[in-house]
Amino acid sequence: MKRFIGFVRKEFYHIYRDKRSLFILFGMPIAQILLFGFAITNEINKVEIAILDHAKDATTIEIINKMASSKYFSINRYLDAESQVEGVFKQGKIKAVINFEKDFGEKLIKNGQSTIQVIADATDPNTANSITNYIQSIIQQYNQSININQAGGTQVFMQTHMAFNPEIKSVFMFVPGVMTIILMLVSAMMTSISITREKELGTMEILLVSPLKPFQVVLGKVVPYILLSIINAIIIVLLSIFIFKMPVQGSLLLLGAESVLFIITSLSLGILISTIAETQQTAMMISLMGLMLPVILLSGFIFPISSMPLPLQLISNTIPAKWFIIIIKGIMLKGVGIAFIWKETVILFDMTLFFMGISIYKYKIRLE
Amino acid sequence: MSEENVIEVVELTKKFGAFLAVDAISFEVKAGEIFGFLGANGAGKTTAMKMLIGISKPSSGEASVAGFDVYTQTELIKKNIGYMSQKFALYDDLTVRENITFFGGIYGLSRSTIKEKIKVLVTDLKLENIIDQLVGALPLGWKQKLSFSVSLLHDPKIVFLDEPTGGVDPITRRQFWEMIYNAADQGTTIFVTTHYMDEAEYCDRVSIMVNGKIEAMDRPKRLKEQFEASNLNEVFLKLARNSKSD
Repeated sequence: MKRFIGFVRKEFYHIYRDKRSLFILFGMPIAQILLFGFAITNEINKVEIAILDHAKDATTIEIINKMASSKYFSINRYLDAESQVEGVFKQGKIKAVINFEKDFGEKLIKNGQSTIQVIADATDPNTANSITNYIQSIIQQYNQSININQAGGTQVFMQTHMAFNPEIKSVFMFVPGVMTIILMLVSAMMTSISITREKELGTMEILLVSPLKPFQVVLGKVVPYILLSIINAIIIVLLSIFIFKMPVQGSLLLLGAESVLFIITSLSLGILISTIAETQQTAMMISLMGLMLPVILLSGFIFPISSMPLPLQLISNTIPAKWFIIIIKGIMLKGVGIAFIWKETVILFDMTLFFMGISIYKYKIRLE
Repeated sequence: MSEENVIEVVELTKKFGAFLAVDAISFEVKAGEIFGFLGANGAGKTTAMKMLIGISKPSSGEASVAGFDVYTQTELIKKNIGYMSQKFALYDDLTVRENITFFGGIYGLSRSTIKEKIKVLVTDLKLENIIDQLVGALPLGWKQKLSFSVSLLHDPKIVFLDEPTGGVDPITRRQFWEMIYNAADQGTTIFVTTHYMDEAEYCDRVSIMVNGKIEAMDRPKRLKEQFEASNLNEVFLKLARNSKSD
């Protein structure tokens, strides 16, 4: 154990003294999450909307005023008929049309409910989703304010229509996606580089001739990166909660446990890469081309898997990141428990065992 | 020098596919001896050495190192030998002290033993000014001396040196050999590969490997007599020529 601690300490010296790896370890996650985060928050500032008011009564005017006075929307113009909607969108300036049904206020009093239709320009799905979310919250506030004195009272219903892209499936993926990329990068690339570095320098040979067992050497190289990746995961989650108000609906403990599992999956991939690569550069190329690109393109982070051609969908099943994104999306956004994601968890676990098995096998061949 | 054999090798062979890298070599090394393992690049000396230090499995044959079997007792062998590779192998981004502490640690030395060792090394090698410097900033000659000292930290019975003096100037090489003599005087067996024939003259006994086989093995003086040569380099060239004309 004492030998092991000495080994880990030495590993931290390497990381601490190499400014570049320090930057990759901590600079990049923060930079990426801030970039992705602010790119999205900027878009829900003073979005231009149009109003199609068939009722023009006191109630609709009150709701319109609430929207106009929020900092999220500015009302660009008032329309007279549904036929104008498409033309307005095609001009591109207006991102949503709010449609009040006829006799809106009267129905609300008589029937206890009436409906607003929100038509959003979903060519940009993230914006469209944010717009409907914000309008939803404005309407909810209104509902609460009119129901304050009576229980089970009247309600305004909202009906949304995502124009041009009815199934918005890539929304709010940025935090899970960035977290996946960063954990993958730090764990797989950094470990494979740090192991191949020992090979290149010739120190690996010295370590193998020492009484340390090969698995102790590998474990010693990997443990610091497990710790650093966990810190990274915590930073990312804290940033998304406190700066971007990203909800974490589910259990933080479960999120943590699943993240550790994914970190170990990535580390085993990193070890596998280091058994193949002889130089640091090769290790880096394999990590970038073999891991990063598939993670970005095929994991469902940016491009929805369901709209890929079948062969690519099948390939995407072999990418650990895909399953991790499903898991953390479930925990963070939907608040699901292990009962809903155990399948994905088992898949990740099996993949980890598989990668480790191949690494051990390859390693033995090298020793023969 | 005692009569006890610390390395015994009988018909040791290593095949890579159809290629015979090491072809049934046999030899013994006595305790406290400086044994030179000579050969051209690709003659098989590194492969043979890797089998002896337990990081490569022999294809056939027998060998024991420090009394332990190379097939079944590699862990015990590793505890009892030191190793210095032809690639320089301390960590550049660690200080001299950190390197010594690290390597002492992986051989299981206690913290107090390591501190003592550092003290002794500082006086012996006059390291006062560089002990807390990064190894990367030191000249190559220094690094090699340190690397050798590190391979001796855990007082191994045998130390294996794989072309330890590659790329350094003759003066530093001479100093390095003085360190080797000192270690041998204290009873450590030295197993050294080299292709510098002038260095081979410093060894108690040398073996010359050509194409996977040991073609000659004796004291340098006797080899020169046997091959009617004025130095080992000529011996080596004669052997190499013979094998080509075969």
